[in-house]
Amino acid sequence: MQGLNEKEKSAIIKKCTPKSRVVKNTLSAFFVGGGICLFAELLRRLYIYLGESEENAGIFATLSIVLIGGIFTALGIFDRLARHAGAGTLVPITGFSNSVVSSAIDSASEGYILGVGSKIFTVAGPVILYATVSGVIYGLLYYIYLSL
Amino acid sequence: MNLVLTFLVGGALCAAAQILIDKTRLSPARILVGYVVLGVVLFALGIYTPLFEAVGCGISIPLVGFGAAIGKGVKSAVDTDGLLGILTGGLTATSSGITATLFLGFLLSLIAHGKHKKM
Amino acid sequence: MSRIIKFATPPTLLSFSAVGGYEERRGPLGDRFDLTDPTEKFGQKTWECAEAEMSRLALNIALGKLGISHTELDLIVAGDLQNQCVASAIGLSSFGVPYLGVYGACSTATESLAVLSLFLSQNGGMGAAVTSSHNSAAERQFRNPIEYGGQRTPTAQWTATAAGAFLLSGAPTERGVRITECMAGRMIDGGTTDATNMGAAMAFAAADSIITYFEQSKRSPTDFDYIVTGDLGAVGTRVLYELLSDKYPSVIARHLDCGNLLYDLKKRDVHSGASGCGTSAAVLSTHFLPMLSRGEIGSILLLSTGALMSPSSVLQGQNIIGIAPAIRIEGVGLRKQPQNGFAGHI
Repeated sequence: MQGLNEKEKSAIIKKCTPKSRVVKNTLSAFFVGGGICLFAELLRRLYIYLGESEENAGIFATLSIVLIGGIFTALGIFDRLARHAGAGTLVPITGFSNSVVSSAIDSASEGYILGVGSKIFTVAGPVILYATVSGVIYGLLYYIYLSL
Repeated sequence: MNLVLTFLVGGALCAAAQILIDKTRLSPARILVGYVVLGVVLFALGIYTPLFEAVGCGISIPLVGFGAAIGKGVKSAVDTDGLLGILTGGLTATSSGITATLFLGFLLSLIAHGKHKKM
Repeated sequence: MSRIIKFATPPTLLSFSAVGGYEERRGPLGDRFDLTDPTEKFGQKTWECAEAEMSRLALNIALGKLGISHTELDLIVAGDLQNQCVASAIGLSSFGVPYLGVYGACSTATESLAVLSLFLSQNGGMGAAVTSSHNSAAERQFRNPIEYGGQRTPTAQWTATAAGAFLLSGAPTERGVRITECMAGRMIDGGTTDATNMGAAMAFAAADSIITYFEQSKRSPTDFDYIVTGDLGAVGTRVLYELLSDKYPSVIARHLDCGNLLYDLKKRDVHSGASGCGTSAAVLSTHFLPMLSRGEIGSILLLSTGALMSPSSVLQGQNIIGIAPAIRIEGVGLRKQPQNGFAGHI
């Protein structure tokens, strides 16, 4: 086996590796993801109907989805749904909520300061960091554009 | 605003991510980072706002919406506060979501006990 | 020099045990476990402690079957999947027995049996080999938080929540199940950085050890009832057959993989099968050793397979290194009188 080079090994692995069920996965991601967005939109309209401003209704709709995602995570249902939904639960804000809440619950065994306190960001960290970084870059460009 | 469009655009964003996960070697984390950055870019190019008016939560609930909210916050803060707005705008605009999620995470970590995975 | 070590006084297996979790109980070997806990917590507060408790329970059960005290043990050789092998240390420290910790990732079951056999064949005495892995502890350490909603790829394997303990004696015996040979494996580059496809990465090491063993021992695969690999799973087994099909079809004919035996492969989320060092320990204890001790089969070649890597090495783009140590386990004097059970017979 030492005679095989890396290319030959990759070729053998590729030949023996089953393909993901792309069509089925994509369809379930589409329907679950679309469903979550539709549900959020209905909530947003409900909040507007109840007298909230457009802006606040949007925020409340987002927060409602975050809350539902978090509770499903704590009840141990989220990961079972996500197994079928894939990106359908990952890409909506439910995925963000799940990544924070699952990290928090999981790290409680290492204590509340260095366990929950530091590990709550392990999965959600990249999203927060790169949203902030790209926001700063955009801000700089926009500021320069205004100064011209 | 059309509810069917909300469903279609939201679903399409998720389906596109799923295809990227299954067909490329990109990890889910990289794809999510790509989506938030895309959100900032779409807002900066002026594409996000008309899209949001057309499909509402179809674009704002996927992570693209998080990036766009940061972009929108930075823009309005720079408009009012100038240079300082670059630093204050992004997280101010998204503070409700981040604070709520973190507090929820902390609260649930006090109550919930993890269960083992099942097949 | 031959890489195979043939023991002058082969150690005899006196007793063995298997402890498992929820999915292991539901699998085809479920009712042969000595103890399973559907909560997988084993009365502990954390998953890491649960794994430690599993190795403690496994050793206690194996001692209990023989009716002896831990004070009669001269050595424990043990390992697990947690950082710094801490589950074995925490779980087994209370026995007060001299200890050697070994790490071979999922190859630890074979590695610990080989190391213990070397000691016992040299020095006599009695010793225990213990191996454990826990699905939740492994998820936390290597992958994501347990409640994280991710989707597993078709190549992904399920880390077994399982522990096995094996009591061996170095005293010469007339009959019994013996470990007669051992061979260390070479570290073979797995050709991939994909930590969700470990079975494929380990298959190259398994093939290397199998070919080396049969070249050097001059034995034929037909001398064995089974040639057993650790946790290649469905994908890794396919890679192994691809590598062996030209020269060693007779190996393929008697090959079984523990990773394909522990769970019902028809279930959707099993994907590529079981992994984790508890896999080969538990399958050895619940499946192969009972068959050997009843005299139904005469000998097996066991090669547990390990994927040597860490979360950091994978993120840094280093290929997974495969390893496959081998031991030959033989039943001696058991075939003719299968009704006379030996001490480990359950």
